[in-house]
Amino acid sequence: MFTIIKNRIEQGYRTTGYPKTPINLYHRFRGRPEINRECDLNVVRQCAAICPQSAVLADERKIDLGRCTFCGRCENVAEGAFVRFSNNFELGCASREGLVSDGHLPDLADHAKGHFRRLFGRSLQLRQVSAAGCNACEADTNVLNTPFFDLARFGIDFVASPRHADGIHVTGPISKNMRAALLATYEAVPSPKVVIASGACAISGGPFFDSPEVSKGLDSLLPVDLYIPGCPPHPLSTLHALLGFFT
Amino acid sequence: MDRLLCIGNGQVVKRSQIPCHPFADFAAIVTDYLADNGFVVQCFGYLDHGENHLLAVLRNKDLHVLCTTVGESYPSFTGAGQSKLHMFEREIAEQYGISPRNHPWLKMVRYHPNCRQVADLFGNDYSREIPGNYPYFQVEGEAVHEVAVGPVHAGIIEPGHFRFQCVGEEVLSLEIQLGYQHRGVEKLLTEAALARLPLITEGIAGDTSIGHALCCCQALEALGGIDVNPGAQIVRCIALELERLANHIGDLGALSGDVAFTLPAAFFGRIRGEFLNLLLVLSGNRFGKSLLLPGGISQIMTTEQSTIIENKLRELEPEIRNVCDLLFTAHTVQARFEHTGTVTRAMAEDLGLVGYCGRASGLDYDVRGSFPGEVYATLPSNRNSMVNGDVLSRATVRREEISHSILLIRNLLNRSAELSAKTTMTEFSLAPDCFVAILNEGWRGELSHCLLTDDQGRIARYKVKDPSFHNWTGLAMALRNQEISDFPLCNKSFNLSYCGFDL
Repeated sequence: MFTIIKNRIEQGYRTTGYPKTPINLYHRFRGRPEINRECDLNVVRQCAAICPQSAVLADERKIDLGRCTFCGRCENVAEGAFVRFSNNFELGCASREGLVSDGHLPDLADHAKGHFRRLFGRSLQLRQVSAAGCNACEADTNVLNTPFFDLARFGIDFVASPRHADGIHVTGPISKNMRAALLATYEAVPSPKVVIASGACAISGGPFFDSPEVSKGLDSLLPVDLYIPGCPPHPLSTLHALLGFFT
Repeated sequence: MDRLLCIGNGQVVKRSQIPCHPFADFAAIVTDYLADNGFVVQCFGYLDHGENHLLAVLRNKDLHVLCTTVGESYPSFTGAGQSKLHMFEREIAEQYGISPRNHPWLKMVRYHPNCRQVADLFGNDYSREIPGNYPYFQVEGEAVHEVAVGPVHAGIIEPGHFRFQCVGEEVLSLEIQLGYQHRGVEKLLTEAALARLPLITEGIAGDTSIGHALCCCQALEALGGIDVNPGAQIVRCIALELERLANHIGDLGALSGDVAFTLPAAFFGRIRGEFLNLLLVLSGNRFGKSLLLPGGISQIMTTEQSTIIENKLRELEPEIRNVCDLLFTAHTVQARFEHTGTVTRAMAEDLGLVGYCGRASGLDYDVRGSFPGEVYATLPSNRNSMVNGDVLSRATVRREEISHSILLIRNLLNRSAELSAKTTMTEFSLAPDCFVAILNEGWRGELSHCLLTDDQGRIARYKVKDPSFHNWTGLAMALRNQEISDFPLCNKSFNLSYCGFDL
């Protein structure tokens, strides 16, 4: 008992004040890109050529954040003349088109479907489905349940049964072998229901985009309401997206 | 020709140097080798001029390679009592449609058609959903009941199917069917541009991003003749150890949660995050993704980063020690951990278990000591003390490795004089007609990537092995005659990768 109390005192209170208190991530974190719209097209083309994800749309001077894994290689071209990644973790977006970005993202609050907020604003239960996710997305979603983030204080919970859920949160590029289980889980959630695609894989196939064993993204199978980019999305990106969309 | 070619970890050899024996000789050599305290690192099929080949990388104190040609079938090693190859034989059957005759339990591994488009050995029609026409192993009897779990599990974890045959609480047999995570990684690695390979390998198993990317980079460096800056090697080792720390600490927390001791679970959960944040400090990503590139690292470590890491370690080390004491001295925890999910040394040896699962059963093998890459040859190695093969031993190995990894990182940070240099992804070509085998000690155990190049220097075969490939069978065996309610605990003590296995 004494050891328990001693440890409890040593550990103290660790929960973040976010969103009331802002959090600044370490400057190396690669979040929302800052794009130079005036950049020389040759530089943009160089960025497009080295992008392993083919996520840079040179002629439009945009980056598809649904394909981007935020590896940062394009930042090295011409010393970041076209793009630099900021430490802004606010990346959630309600439309796939909105993710093809010139550095700005549509405001979640504007695009959120109002009825979801009325339905689930104070209580949201999600069933997580990993469909060939590499366990990075899964792990950084799970982390929201640790004392630092303490997701439950917002009325949001990940639940064990789709029958208890208001929607599904999907990670991974959806392998052929997980397709049926994913669709069955979706069917088992009572309507109205919400669908969240989390991470580059669930949005576009991620690093596996041209493998015949995976899908082209969750929205090729189900109507997606919320996209959370990243490889994996930072837990704060997920938290921000959930709070922005639902509360 | 020599029976075996002795190779170094990461040493490029010409494909023509690899001894190629008629199958009967190959079988005799491999059988003798494995009987004499030898283990299988890799054994895989590949095509050469339309002909089926098998290549084996074996280890005792050294690494050896040999190959053979086979037709459509060969007499199974497993059928002849050599169970170290049982999963490899099933994989070869699935990937190439080559049949191991008399394999006692030839079932699919991941559920996909073979690459030669020959008749499927499992009689599957792949337009049907997994597991196709496979009947699960069944125990019959009046008091016997069956429990099926998955593929979608109750928590936020990867998918897989577990089938228990029980009498009351007691598990007679656990069958584990994976494959739900199959993304066609090996094939993709032979087709994608070289610039994509680090990214794809980071996704083989996200919790082992550094480990798998390190294997990939070392293989490309070896075949591409690329030198690595010594400073970069230090940073790579620090990253690999941070990955180990984050995972071991997270798992100790989860083990604690599984025996309903919530305090250490909460504390370790938070401390694990601190280590992921240190990886972010190094690389900009909590899993260290895109830190490693062929030739070195994408971001340098300056005194700013090394100071943050050093200070954080100083702060966390006593906390970890105290929470470990809290967990390991609690009688209720000891009662649940001890004698639960035991894998005997003999069983571990038969199955060729690796990593902490093997070490907890007394198999003293660690790639960092046996076949060191990067700068591991200059670092002290670790020996674990508890080898009873139960949950307590696996947890204790983790605890010891946590202290050891902290020691290694301190040691590496002290060498900050050797400054790292930044690398970008450059164009390079690979040596033609060559072979290289890479081994690293990921946090789960022995990782291995083997590459064969063709006469144009293209990757003809890219073989990946995650330690989970060996160890899943260990979990199934650990559950024999256990209470089914101990499954979560046993499972977490192994904590194997689904996607690392499924590829």
